[in-house]
Amino acid sequence: MLFFIAAPIIKLVTASSPSVIVDTVKEKEVYNSITLTFEASLVATLISLVLGIPLAYLLARVEFPGKSLIEGIIDLPVIIPHSAAGIALLTVFGHRFFLGKLFGYMGIRFVGEFSGIVIAMMFVSLSYLVNETKEGFRSIDVRLEKVARTLGASPSQSFWRIALPLNFHHIISGTLMMWARGISEFGAVVILAYHPMTAPILIYERFTSFGLKYSIPVAAVMVSISLIIFIVLRFLNKGFKYE
Amino acid sequence: MIRIKDLCKRLGNFRIKDINLEIFENEYFVILGPTGTGKTVLLELIAGLQKPDKGDIWFDGNRVTNLPPERRNIGMVYQDYMLFPHLNVRENILFGLKVRGRDKIARNESLAKIARLFGIEKLLERKVKALSGGEQQRVAIARALITSPGILLLDEPLSALDPGTKEKFLGDLKMIHSELGTTTLHVTHDFNDAFTLADRIAVISDGELVQIGSPEEIFQQPDSNFVAEFVGVRNILQGEIIEDGEDSIVRVGDSIKIAVVTTKKGKVNLAIRPEDIIISYEPFVSSARNSFQGKVVRIRDRLSLVEVIVDIGIKLTLYITRRSLEEMKLKLGERVYLTFKASAVHVY
Repeated sequence: MLFFIAAPIIKLVTASSPSVIVDTVKEKEVYNSITLTFEASLVATLISLVLGIPLAYLLARVEFPGKSLIEGIIDLPVIIPHSAAGIALLTVFGHRFFLGKLFGYMGIRFVGEFSGIVIAMMFVSLSYLVNETKEGFRSIDVRLEKVARTLGASPSQSFWRIALPLNFHHIISGTLMMWARGISEFGAVVILAYHPMTAPILIYERFTSFGLKYSIPVAAVMVSISLIIFIVLRFLNKGFKYE
Repeated sequence: MIRIKDLCKRLGNFRIKDINLEIFENEYFVILGPTGTGKTVLLELIAGLQKPDKGDIWFDGNRVTNLPPERRNIGMVYQDYMLFPHLNVRENILFGLKVRGRDKIARNESLAKIARLFGIEKLLERKVKALSGGEQQRVAIARALITSPGILLLDEPLSALDPGTKEKFLGDLKMIHSELGTTTLHVTHDFNDAFTLADRIAVISDGELVQIGSPEEIFQQPDSNFVAEFVGVRNILQGEIIEDGEDSIVRVGDSIKIAVVTTKKGKVNLAIRPEDIIISYEPFVSSARNSFQGKVVRIRDRLSLVEVIVDIGIKLTLYITRRSLEEMKLKLGERVYLTFKASAVHVY
């Protein structure tokens, strides 16, 4: 199983010589698309953090009618084909549609724009952040927050001083998963914004236009950078775990 | 002072039913009951962590029923301490003062005072993970008391401690209570804790308070079978008063006649504490009006005492010390006499 996962990745990363890799990174188109990918996913993740953490907390702590429906909706993007998700987003955020028009008045357009990449990434990866964060909040003994309240903390103080720091580890994990999922997204992004070109789309384009030989170095660069970042961040995140 | 009137709460299949209770200023009040009878829910209702379906709560004459916990001026300690794992001992204890926005000088003064009282000065920089059970408990109570709460709520605070630590901590709780005088409401399933600490006890069963009284009253005059069995009265008998007046006699079974002191008539329950029964090889003349011959059917070693069961037509349980057992050379099947006073029989 491990071999099945590791072999293609190792093969890909080692297929090109280091000099080819360096040359690839120096290529303006490649460099731009990689930074664009990381940036768009980062913005999608940051927006989701602001909205997703309160939602996760609500789902973990409060019982209310329709809660399982909301949980089901949050899981939905994981199961639908991502190209379909892209089309679905287009029907809402396209120029001629309701939300698209509304944002259009504010000068924000989605189709073929950075913001289009962001919402596509957000749509397909939000579940990872919300679910991981929700499970994290659930694993915290609610009596810790109750004690905080009896000691004089308001609900918001008990959230900021107890629940949030105790859940830091899960929030970071969820953030990393969401960011990673956003970076790797192809299907939904390609429908909303073929240009500006994110790295997965660039890899696809090089593959279809120039063949395997030209797509491999770009893919190798993308995979290597992702691997390095995730290894470092996961290692750092270990320090935030409280048992 | 806490006053609770007609307090009700339904949680799934479980219910707190019509709790009426008054707890006096500076009192150490214990709510005693088996696990799963609603003690923690009652405590959380008083703390404001749960909303009652019905009823009211007053602290010092002020209605607090709808106040959130942070405005009730209480301190609470849960059974398994609930220390904040991401904060060290000092930060845990200071939490209540920090969220109240006290300045640093006042905070440090209070910290020094409470740390001295609890003997935890040396633990302040430790992580809570590095503390023993007893130390965690001290920190949890110090954290609850540093804000000078009007009421201290304790949820089974001793049940997670080993016997030695527990013994010491019982003494500490008593000392702290007499030092600070904080009105304390302590829930437990352990009669010994209740007996050692309480000014008064309320026994809870199935979400209802079944008896309220001093420890002695609860122990010596349980007013229901539930209380009697729960507080460890072993000899519970049913009988009928056959002679009343000054010398009441209760017939138990066909032939056993027990002298009691009561004004009751008809069918009654009797409870006799095992400590009140004297065992001997020969009958002896005394003021005790009950003396029966019987056979030893069981001898069982308990921690500090020996439990002996004697069949006198009915089985009675009594406790003797290990030394008495050795001196009497008591063996199974031996014929003995049991003697107890009429006034030692609680009739209800």
